[in-house]
Amino acid sequence: MDTVKLVIDNKQIEVPKGTSILNAARANGIYIPSLCYLNLNHLHIENKPGSCRVCVVEVEKRRNLAPACATECLEGMVVKTNSLRVLNARRTVVELLLSDHPADCLLCPKSGKCELQDLAAEMGIRHITFKGEQSSYRKDESPSIIRDVDKCVMCRRCETMCNQVQTVGALSAVNRGFGAVVAPAFEQDLIKSPCTYCGQCVAVCPTGALTEVDNTTKLIRDLADPTKTVIVQTAPAVRVALGEEFGMPAGTIVTGKLATALRQIGFKYVFDTDFAADLTIMEEGTELLQRLGKYLNGDKTVKLPIMTSCCPAWVNFFEHNFPDLRDIPSTARSPQQMFGPIAKNYFAKKIGVDRKDLIVVSIMPCLAKKYECGRDEFKVNGDPDVNYSLSTRELAHLIKQFNIDFKKLPDSDFDAPLGESTGAAVIFGATGGVIEAACRTAYELFTGKKLEKIDFNELRGLENVRQATLDFNGTPIKIGIAHGLGNARKLLEMVREGKCDFQAIEIMACPGGCIGGGGQPLHHGNSEIIKARFNATYEEDKNKPIRKSHENPYIIQLYKEFLGEPCGELSHHLLHTTYFDKSQLDITIE
Amino acid sequence: MANIKITLHEEDVKKLNDVCNSFGNKPGEVINVLHAAQGIFGYLPAEVQEIIAANLHIPVAKVYGIVSFYSFFTMKPKGKHPISVCLGTACYVRGSEKILEELKKQLNIEVGGTTADGKFSLSCLRCVGACGLAPVMIIGDQTYGRVSPGMVKDILAKYQD
Amino acid sequence: MAKYKYNVLVCGGTGCQSSQSALILENLKKEVAACNLENDVQVILAGCFGFCEKGPIVKIMPDNTFYVGVKPEDAKELVAEHIIKGRKVQRLLYVDPETQKHIDDSKHMDFYKKQMRIALRNCGFLDPENIDETISRGGYEALGKVLTTMTPNECIEVIKKSGLRGRGGAGFPTGTKWEFASKSVNDQKYVVCNADEGDPGAFMDRSILEGDPHSIVEAMAICGYCIGANHGLIYIRAEYPLAIHRLQIAIKQAREYGLLGDDILGTGFNFDIELRYGAGAFVCGEETALIHSMEGNRGEPTFKPPFPAVSGYLQKPTNVNNVETFANIPIIITKGADWYSSIGTEKSKGTKVFALAGKINNVGLIEVPMGTTLREVVYEIGGGVKNGKKFKAVQTGGPSGGCLTEKDLDTPIDYESLAAAGSIMGSGGMIVMDEDDCMVNIAKFYMGFIVDESCGKCTPCRIGNKRMYEILDKITKGQGTMEDLENLKYLAEVIKDTALCGLGQTSPNPVLSTLTNFWDEYVEHVVDKKCRAGACKDLMSYQINPDKCKGCTSCARHCPVNAITGTVKQPHTINQSLCIKCGTCKSVCKFNAIEIK
Repeated sequence: MDTVKLVIDNKQIEVPKGTSILNAARANGIYIPSLCYLNLNHLHIENKPGSCRVCVVEVEKRRNLAPACATECLEGMVVKTNSLRVLNARRTVVELLLSDHPADCLLCPKSGKCELQDLAAEMGIRHITFKGEQSSYRKDESPSIIRDVDKCVMCRRCETMCNQVQTVGALSAVNRGFGAVVAPAFEQDLIKSPCTYCGQCVAVCPTGALTEVDNTTKLIRDLADPTKTVIVQTAPAVRVALGEEFGMPAGTIVTGKLATALRQIGFKYVFDTDFAADLTIMEEGTELLQRLGKYLNGDKTVKLPIMTSCCPAWVNFFEHNFPDLRDIPSTARSPQQMFGPIAKNYFAKKIGVDRKDLIVVSIMPCLAKKYECGRDEFKVNGDPDVNYSLSTRELAHLIKQFNIDFKKLPDSDFDAPLGESTGAAVIFGATGGVIEAACRTAYELFTGKKLEKIDFNELRGLENVRQATLDFNGTPIKIGIAHGLGNARKLLEMVREGKCDFQAIEIMACPGGCIGGGGQPLHHGNSEIIKARFNATYEEDKNKPIRKSHENPYIIQLYKEFLGEPCGELSHHLLHTTYFDKSQLDITIE
Repeated sequence: MANIKITLHEEDVKKLNDVCNSFGNKPGEVINVLHAAQGIFGYLPAEVQEIIAANLHIPVAKVYGIVSFYSFFTMKPKGKHPISVCLGTACYVRGSEKILEELKKQLNIEVGGTTADGKFSLSCLRCVGACGLAPVMIIGDQTYGRVSPGMVKDILAKYQD
Repeated sequence: MAKYKYNVLVCGGTGCQSSQSALILENLKKEVAACNLENDVQVILAGCFGFCEKGPIVKIMPDNTFYVGVKPEDAKELVAEHIIKGRKVQRLLYVDPETQKHIDDSKHMDFYKKQMRIALRNCGFLDPENIDETISRGGYEALGKVLTTMTPNECIEVIKKSGLRGRGGAGFPTGTKWEFASKSVNDQKYVVCNADEGDPGAFMDRSILEGDPHSIVEAMAICGYCIGANHGLIYIRAEYPLAIHRLQIAIKQAREYGLLGDDILGTGFNFDIELRYGAGAFVCGEETALIHSMEGNRGEPTFKPPFPAVSGYLQKPTNVNNVETFANIPIIITKGADWYSSIGTEKSKGTKVFALAGKINNVGLIEVPMGTTLREVVYEIGGGVKNGKKFKAVQTGGPSGGCLTEKDLDTPIDYESLAAAGSIMGSGGMIVMDEDDCMVNIAKFYMGFIVDESCGKCTPCRIGNKRMYEILDKITKGQGTMEDLENLKYLAEVIKDTALCGLGQTSPNPVLSTLTNFWDEYVEHVVDKKCRAGACKDLMSYQINPDKCKGCTSCARHCPVNAITGTVKQPHTINQSLCIKCGTCKSVCKFNAIEIK
């Protein structure tokens, strides 16, 4: 590899050609503060507008200070990162940012995790020299995401995520000069935009400009209400990431501690969304087999490929962007929304609690789940099947509020009957996992044979778009997988053009799948964290005694006692849904 | 803007689609398309931007990002007689700001506004290249040079038809 | 042109057009037709003659008679007297302000004497909508020479040797820029003409485009040949409809003549040009922002490198030059590098076009050899300060430039000298200011412009310039402190050092140069709460001089807020707490009794 030699702060350094000063310095133990820059390694995208000017350094023979993030190391370059000129400039830049930033850190949800706050603290800024007008925008509270753009520093990270990575296009830089800010079209609320609530913008926002709707207060009130029975379900991806919030290494599996913590917080029953994931496989797998069967019998009207429908951001995405294809995704509800009606119709009766007194809470790696809870089709007479959802980050915060020493918690199991799950359900948390889980069941149901090799390694991985052909005892089944909505769009366009001969496609909106969800502990683009969560997910699967959804004894019992058969009438009523065309422009044509 | 709700006529939508088609519906042509659209409608209401975005397969947020960036584009309808005051340096040092003040007073509107009767709208621009006539104001296609605040009333009177 | 006995050229510059030159043209044509002279007399709308102060201008060739201040109703007399009877219309001739003599030939006017027209060589001498006239004046000769007798490298060498530097403002050597682009290896490259002239108070590029569009078309083709590009784009302000119209005609005609398109002049070289419209963003004059705008994006600049020569329009190597730079190219090719480099100073060759405006007698478009002093421009070409007022400053370089004072007037105009004096060459705006101009207010004016035009991408420009404006606003309102002055200076330096693009990096210049040259004035505003120019409303009051006041009551009757009281034939007084400082009283007083304190 070609390298260049340069001097940074009197230190001789050799780095690969093309390395930025910022990365060269960091790799050599020289700290340069930065703000807008974000390297999203796992997506091969760098947010590098070079615009905040916090990382400026002095490069010999250059007239102006150079942004370290956007300046490439050249042979013989002499760089100073800590001269007086640099320190003054940086400090002034941060002061300017603060001069147009509400100083309400005490009440800010990002306090303690805010990169601007960190910079101010680091530089010891105690007062703002240049006071003046402050930007003032209307606060926008969507069901999932809160935009408080008075706190926007124009780092453009959210814009990069929303446009380049997710191709959702809900956000753009608008206006110019002092009025420039990132916003949806016409500066309307997110609810009126094509936002999918994937939350990837929130996951990268350095300040409190984009945060999730916080349901912890609501939860604490419900827990304190003696008339209510509060139960909880927790998603597969939560258990491989929550530990990070308590200083544990990425990829630590904390399932047992998680169950204990939830119990200590006061949930009456601690259940697992994984149970509902197994149920999803039963419904979705059956639907796949039904469609496949018709197709193989020569019915050309049948809609294939079938697409997974577990991811609410993905559902929002195709409702907005591909409404013409909305009869293709499986009608099966997501695990969260299967858990809800089972809890409120089956479990509530079992324990003799009135539906209205049962509060179902979910812990999700996701922000779109908050929106999903509130969808009208998931309510009965206005009562939501799942009352509300908390993100992994909110749960961590809650655990800290309860003074629980998480690291020292003993392990415990989830409660029966909605807490039992298989390895197939665990892998729902990672890209490729849902389709692998479906295949484990579909294979056996389709072929009537026992699946010898449970691990479909060909479906695993972190590449953006993957495909594999599985052999269902002589029948080739072609599978497509995409994670990240930008990649999903590519597959969808192929489907729309009829250039796609897949039988099944799995889509997860967030890069990496739910393990990289918008509600997870912030990973700041560190691909090692994503990989560790990914590996932990499959590790958990491997250690499960049962690894195929249809073998989950409680699922078998549920069908026997309550539902009847997969895709049967009651299932159809409780566990399936319909999709809407949300692309309609709001224009009246005379 | 949500508060200026307009309804587009079907033939206007057709015109707009034709404009987009004439530029091959290419995303890179969005600025040219916006110019043409503003030529047709006089301004760029949200609905027009939505249709352009749909035709060019780009997010409407991006279109709005562009419209709100360039001062030539406007989302507000202009008056029947749009008035622009040159605030280029040459006009400024020859007192164009006083002309602007006088216009604001006479019309009772701010820069960017339109009179209640829709007759006049007021905007500023930077240098029209008529520095020899500074200060300069433009009403419609007519340029008025060497304007003094005292002349403003009489000039406006010409348009009180 | 030769086939007509007389050619009547009407100035089609914006200034003259604003004063009804189109109607003059129409009337002249009607008169010529009425007199059955169509075969002998051609009436055309030419490009800008430059002497805007005296517009509308009509020039009659071949005797080169220069009529000023022509009105539409003068058409009849001009045809009847000058054309038919051969007698010059004395009352429409230019009168020398000193000798009071009538001058009929522009060569003898002070305004033109010291000028040297290279970039503007054809402006005002031909019909810009007729390619034959351009060709008859040597148009497209250079393109032919380059394509048939020179290799791209030879041509680049000529441009390098000529010493031509970018006329957009920064002054980067044009030949070197072309060389970079030519060395970039790519199957597709682009030539871009930056015609997004946005400097408030500058209209050089517009005049060239309107007066001599073919020179730009020709130069772009030459550039394309040199760097290996087949595609040219002109990024032009949408606010320049006439320039757009004429460019469209020029491009169409050049295609018809085989001077654009495939296989130009049978040499196998292909080149074509399309127009892209700007939409009102000053920052798009910055080349990376311009490129993003052409691509259909917000015109936000990006960090260089990569330079456009490596990765520009659609990520392809792109050479961006401004209009005036291109206008110099053909003549450099035909007359040679040595001829061009003999004009000007050691490091700045050739000429520079300026839009001379402000408080000056001869407002207009001028072109002078590099090295001409500011004094020569202001006093000889410009005819001195208007209304006999005292010269205070001359501003060059627009919002990126600075204000120079009396002590700088002998500075020769070239890139280095102007920079050393604390300003910049810039694109060519030159605004003269007199004693009535408050320099703090002028600094605020430019900062206001920058705040309006900042793209908002980088922190120093988005927030820093806003803060500078706020401090200046405070000072002009009499609320400034000495600490504000220190902060202003400090902030200006940091913005210069940290802003992302050229716009931001130069935006503090008007403030810094006025702080340097007019420190006393700033201090007066802050400490004495006084504005000596009487421009800062909050720092002045209107007062009635009782010695001059005749008690005519005019002021009291006109005052919009009834702040003036007094009895008839007795001196009046102004109630300061009611006065809104609109200046109405001063403008209506016939006895100069109203004074600004």
